[in-house]
Formats: sequence, C-alpha cells, structure tokens
Amino acid sequence: MSAQPFDLIIIGAGPGGYVAAIRAAQLGLKTAIVEREHLGGVCLNWGCIPTKALLRSAEVFELMENAKSFGLSCTRVDFDLEKVVKRSRDIAGQLSGGVKYLLKKHKVTVIDGTARLERGAKAPKVIVKDKAGKEATYNAAQVILATGARARTIPAAGLAPDGKFIWTAKEAMTPDVMPKSLLVIGSGAIGIEFASFYNALGADVTVVEMMDRVLPVEDVEISGHAQKAFEKAGMNILTSAQVEKVSSGKESITASIKTKDGKMEEIAAERIILAIGIVGNVENLGLEALGVKTDRTHVVVDEYSRTNVPGLYAIGDLTAPPWLAHKASHEGVICVEKIAGKNPHPLRSGNIPGCTYCRPQVASVGLTEAAAKAAGHTVKVGRFPFMGNGKAIALGEAEGLIKTVFDAKTGELLGAHMIGAEVTELIQGYTIARTLETTEAELMETVFPHPTLSEMMHESVLDAYGKVIHV
Amino acid sequence: MPIKILMPALSPTMEEGTLAKWLVNEGDEIHSGDVIAEIETDKATMEVEAVEEGVLGKILVPGGAENVAINTVIALLLEDGEDASALNDFDVSAPEPILRQAQDEVEGTRPSPVSPPHEPVSQSHPELAASPHPELVSSPHPELVEGEGASRIKASPLAKRLAKEAGLDLASLTGSGPNGRIVKRDIENAPSSLVITTTPAPQAPGSFDLVPLDGMRKVIAARMTESFRDVPHFPLNIDCKLDALLSARKAINEAAADDGIKISVNDFIIRACALALKKAPNANASYTPDGIKLWHDADIAVAVAIDGGLITPVVRQAQHKGLAAISAEVKDLAGRAKARKLMPEEYQGGTFTISNMGMMGIKSFASIINQPQGCIMSVGAGEKRPVVIGNELGIATMMTVTLTCDHRVVDGAIGANFLKYFKAYIENPAMMLL
Repeated sequence: MSAQPFDLIIIGAGPGGYVAAIRAAQLGLKTAIVEREHLGGVCLNWGCIPTKALLRSAEVFELMENAKSFGLSCTRVDFDLEKVVKRSRDIAGQLSGGVKYLLKKHKVTVIDGTARLERGAKAPKVIVKDKAGKEATYNAAQVILATGARARTIPAAGLAPDGKFIWTAKEAMTPDVMPKSLLVIGSGAIGIEFASFYNALGADVTVVEMMDRVLPVEDVEISGHAQKAFEKAGMNILTSAQVEKVSSGKESITASIKTKDGKMEEIAAERIILAIGIVGNVENLGLEALGVKTDRTHVVVDEYSRTNVPGLYAIGDLTAPPWLAHKASHEGVICVEKIAGKNPHPLRSGNIPGCTYCRPQVASVGLTEAAAKAAGHTVKVGRFPFMGNGKAIALGEAEGLIKTVFDAKTGELLGAHMIGAEVTELIQGYTIARTLETTEAELMETVFPHPTLSEMMHESVLDAYGKVIHV
Repeated sequence: MPIKILMPALSPTMEEGTLAKWLVNEGDEIHSGDVIAEIETDKATMEVEAVEEGVLGKILVPGGAENVAINTVIALLLEDGEDASALNDFDVSAPEPILRQAQDEVEGTRPSPVSPPHEPVSQSHPELAASPHPELVSSPHPELVEGEGASRIKASPLAKRLAKEAGLDLASLTGSGPNGRIVKRDIENAPSSLVITTTPAPQAPGSFDLVPLDGMRKVIAARMTESFRDVPHFPLNIDCKLDALLSARKAINEAAADDGIKISVNDFIIRACALALKKAPNANASYTPDGIKLWHDADIAVAVAIDGGLITPVVRQAQHKGLAAISAEVKDLAGRAKARKLMPEEYQGGTFTISNMGMMGIKSFASIINQPQGCIMSVGAGEKRPVVIGNELGIATMMTVTLTCDHRVVDGAIGANFLKYFKAYIENPAMMLL
C-alpha cells in the first residue's frame, strides 16, 4: 500500500480538495485524497451548508411570526431547537455522503487520517497517520495542500472555546441550549449569520465590531443599510468597539468592552460566539522542514497555486483571501488543469462574488465605490431600492438596495453591491457580466424578466447612466 | 404567364445601369405608361415607363442595385386574372440580347441564357464550383467553413471599447481569453508600438480618401482615355476680338430685356460655330471605319460641369436657331443636366462640342476630342489685351479659342478654314443675324 504511487495526492477533502480530486480524476490522473475528519470539509459539515439550513429554519420561523401581514394566521408559533439542529446536521450528513459517492464514482482513493509531508524525490512524500495511530507513506508526482482554516481564537484574552460559554462557529451550530442572551464578537459573514439566526429565534443579541461598521469588507453604503436593518430586527450593534477581556460567572459570561468613545462597558451574556476571523491550518504538516514559504498562517502560492517547493501546491483557505468555498473549488480546478498540462486561466480575485446569508442578505462582486475611487477610477454609481420593485413588494421584502459602480470613462462594471431578499442568488448575473467584460451598454440592452427581483439589477445600471425608470 | 419587365437600354451604348429606385410596390396595379422605376445610367437618371398592364407580382432586382445588365429581368407583372402562384418556378432568365448574341456567335462564345454576358450581378465563379479542395467543404472543423467566423475578431465589449480609446487595432492583438478572445488585460498589456495615434496629428504620409468610381466617372475615364489614345489630335489657336460682339450683346439684351431675354457670350459662340460649320462643312465630320461622315446639321454639344463630372447636352440643328432660341435651350438643358434629369437623346449624338472655361479665367486650353466628333472648341476668357491695330498699339477685348481636331477627318487646313469663318462671325456679329 505504501509503495503505491499516485499522480496526485490532495490533503484535505473540503470544497477545494474534493473538487480538485474529481477534476484530476476526470483528466486521467491517478488521484488520492487524505481527510482527517469529514468529506466535504468545514464548508459542508461545519460552515456554509449547515448554517444555511439553520438560517432557513429561522427565516421560516420569522415568516410564521409575520403570517398576519400575508393575510394568514399561525397560532402558537414555536420552535424545537434540537430538531432545528438535527435538520441542519442531517443535511450536512447527506451532502457529505454525496461527496463520498462522487469520489468513489471518479475512482479517487480516499485515505482516512492526518497527513504530514516529508522531503521526497519529485514531490514531498505524504505520511498519513490513521485513527489507530498507524502511519503509512504515500508517494505522488504532485501534492496539493487543501487543509483549510479554522476559527481564530485569542486564548490570552480568554477568547477561546471554554467548553461552555464561549463558542466558535462549530459549537454555535450545535447549541446545547437556546441562549437568552448572546454576544457575537466580529461582524463578518460568520458572526453576522449567527447573530441573525439567534436573533430570529429570540435571543438578545449584541454584536461587537472592531471596525467602524458591520460587514466591513462590503461597500460602506451596504454596511449602513445592514446595520439599520439589524438594529431594526432588535440587535444591539457596537462598532469601533473591542472586547478587552471576558470573565466567566456561574450562569453567564461577562465581556469588558472598550467602546467607541473609549469608555469601558460590561456586557453579560449566556453565550459568546467568536467570529474574529480565521487562521490557516498550516501546523503539523511538516512545512517548516520542507521550507515552504508561508505568510503568517497562510501558504504563499503563485497564480497556479504553486508553492516554492517543487511538486507542492496549496489551494483554498490555506492560501490568500478571499477565504470562500467557491474560490477554493476554482483554485483546485485551475491547479489540477495546470498540472495536467492544460492551459487554464488564473483566477481573477476581483470576479469572486461574496455572499452573506444574514437577514437581509448581502452579496457583492468587484470593487466597492470607495475602493474604485482609491484605485483612481472616475465612477458612475447606480442605485435602485427594493421599494421600487414589484416582486420585492409582493414578497413582502421591500427593504434593500442594489448598487452598481462603473468606470465613467470605459463603462467597465467595477463592482456591484446588494442588500435585500435573495440577493445572494442575484449576484451571479453581475459576476457573469464582469467575467465577460460587458460594459453598461450590454447590460442596458439585456432584457430582464418581469416580475423578478433581477429587474432591480437592470434599473441600477440604468440609474448609473441617468436612465432609471422606476424611481 | 407573368410578363417579364426587363432592364431597359436607355441608350445604344448602355450595357448596364443602376436601378435607382422603384416607384411602385409589389401588388400595385400598373397601367401602360405608368412610371414604375428610376434608372441611373452613367450620365443621367431616367424614368422607366410600363409597357404592359397588370399587377406588379414580384420585384426581382431591388432598388439601389448597381451594375444591372440590360435585359435582366427586374420584375414580374401578373396579367389579368393571374395570382401570385403564377410566379412560382417562373423562369426569370432574360431573353438573349439579339445584337450581342450575334456578336458572341461570331466569336464562338455563346453564353448560356441564364447568365447574360457582361452581367456582374449574378456572375458565377466556375472555378469555385469546381474547387480542387473538396475537403474545405466537408471540414470537420465548422469554424473553418464559417467564412465570416474565421475572420471575426473575438473581443469582449470592454476590450473593444478600451481598444478604441487607446487607438489599438484589435486585429493587431492576440487574445488571451477563452478561445483566443481579446480581453481587457490584452489591451492593457499591448505594446505601445501597436497604438495608432489618434490625436489630431498631421496625417500620415501616403494617406488618402478613396472615392468610389461612379458611373459617370467610369465613362469619363474610359472615353477620354480611348479618345486621347486613339485619336490623332492637334490644337489650332486663334484670337478673336470681342468688342463688337460685346456691344451687340449689350444692345440686344437692353432691347430685349422686357421679353426676359438675356443672351450670353456663349450663346453667340454656339451660333457662330453652327454657322461656321455650315460654311466649312468638312469640319462637321466624324471618322468611321466605313468613311467620313459629314453631318448635315450642326448639332452643337455644350459641355456643362455638373456635380461629379460633366455632361454635354446638345443644341440640335443650331444653324437654324436664333440667339434667343439657343439661349433658352441651353438654359433649360444645363439646368436639367445639373439635376441629372436629361434624357439620353438630349446629351448623345452631337456633331461638334464647345467647352467654355472663359468664365473661370482660363486663357486658353485644348480639350480632348469628344468621339466620334471631329472637332472640339475650347473657349478661353475674354480679356482686355494690348493689340496692334493698324500700326498702333491699342487695347481690345480678346478671346483665344483652341480647336482640337481629329486629324483623321479634320486636317489643319480644314480646321483653319472653319476658324476663319468662326472668327469672322465673332468679330462681325451682325453677320450672325443673317
């Protein structure tokens, strides 16, 4: 077994690794994939998918609570947290099984265990320790690292899971209780999604954000809309605020927070969710011994995911941002195609959309207005509110905004920023536009179906050029 | 059976023309004599009248079509009681042009009835039909057979716009996008050597605008080349004293002003030529292979500059026409010439041509023979010059005319004889009243 040579070994079966493995098999490479826990990785098991299942429960719950506004009645609206979580876990399990099937179908060898690398002939050798502690060595012409990332913690400040009060995403996804009060540290996508979920189910939620606005990577206008919507939904949002320390009590945990004006404030909550970013899983892989170049906790790679060590590649969250599942999958495909001698185009990070599934949803692609100006563009900006869209009103989702940013000189769509119902399903339209390098002219000529939310995408473009109809 | 409407020959020399515009639509009822279309020949726009009656069934040659050979079927007319189904499978081949067929048979190259000779519109390319490269037709790569697809430049809309702004020719770039598509980065990475300067810099040496040859220009080019090459021509100069003519003109115009008559110097020249040709009939001649034609009438063609070229309407039997008649006729002809509304018989078949560039300040020039005419007179400007009168130096208004002669019919003496009479009429205008 240990002598079996592979064309390619991939370490980590998340959305980067398993997609790369399937593509490699399609291209005729004899491929193995090493996974220490679950096929599908964090995305499928502890990230994207199970959280979407939870958020859907929360959304339906909110709709039921709001039944009256639709002319419906729904008495005794309630939820069973255990069942909500079970549904989420079942879906994750179902999809993980799906990945297992796909890998088998493509004759990818799945090796259970934890991998590390040692110096090898052409590419590093892969040593896998299984659950029983037995080690086996595998050789391959090429090795791709796809070990992903995990929640960042700061143990020195007490910001680390403590088995009870402090959760990371993983604990927050399988809550033992429904907390009456919740403190979410960090207002990026992960923090805000959990804040939305628990807020919908009735928790008293406070969000602490170090930056001056929530969802800080988004366009400032979108952040502003989002904060207002969150506050309207009952969240307490503290921006430009920092948790200095936490101290556990018997039934709750107290966070000392330095607020915007420099004062210290103490907030007690039954649970704290840490969502202060991620760190790459670079440890215990033998990278130092191989001399693999890293930048903090991320491996440095080129446009085709090549590390500085021959035969060794890295993709996904282990490498540079954006740390998104779809970015990892695309990198995996590009990396494998390059290995197989194809001529893929490198990923263009400006064309990778980002989605946040809070309520209201947020989605964007390309440059924010501020970033576009900072890059020296003279911009034309279009905006269209959900209030002006028939479908949005019919859905009972009349809050939101679609913003587009164009280069005034060339008509290039520099960026698109959306907040409101289902915008995560809409952003692909602008992503295609960017990928095809369409200008405002083609977008204006495109016929958007009525009645749909997508009409707002058209109107936003029209607005940028002073031709908007429904405002 | 539907009646064929054929491309008419508007003049004996016409081989093809432009079907400028249809004045009727398919389905219109047409009566004999109705004007149904306008046809543009090398020199004029002509109206085409219907000969037969019926309903216009189908237009086969659309308005604006150029180089339509005469006798091409341009439309089908449905006879009384026929419906559109009669048009199906109707053979639209043109009947043989009789004259040309005879010629072609002599040459042994009888054309097939479906492609009349000299018909660029439907010209087939037998060398293509019998292509020695059949693999091109059954290519497994569809992009190779799509003629247009192969030459089409694939570029993103943004790349196209950026290239335009940067002054880059897309054809000079290599695309790095999917399937060689030119994308934004290709424009950004384009070497500056490929940039075509778009600033209002002085025009590159050797640059030009290409004006397409219209029918008139083609005819001028062909006829002038032919004449200058084939006709052994020579010029004869003579100076005429104009003072008497000018005072006569003044007197006539003053006297006849109430009748709206205004005689020009050129009208005098036309009449003088006509009368001189009667006195010197050997100059009113055309060379033909069969012999020298000595024309009975002085049909004086007058060159008129029009937009895009020139045309020579003819004052027929000018020897019988007085100054007032000539004047009125020239005005009418010149006006319609400028509107390109002359009928072919109005500008074809003169026996002698006058080209007057005096009003443009030209002192003297020698025109090219307007075949088959034997002479063309070039008229220079009337101007005051120092002249010897008796033994004294004096001032007179003088006009130099140049007669270009076809030496095959007009020898120097014949030309000089004509000019002697011409000069006499000009200098003694009262003789023209005879």
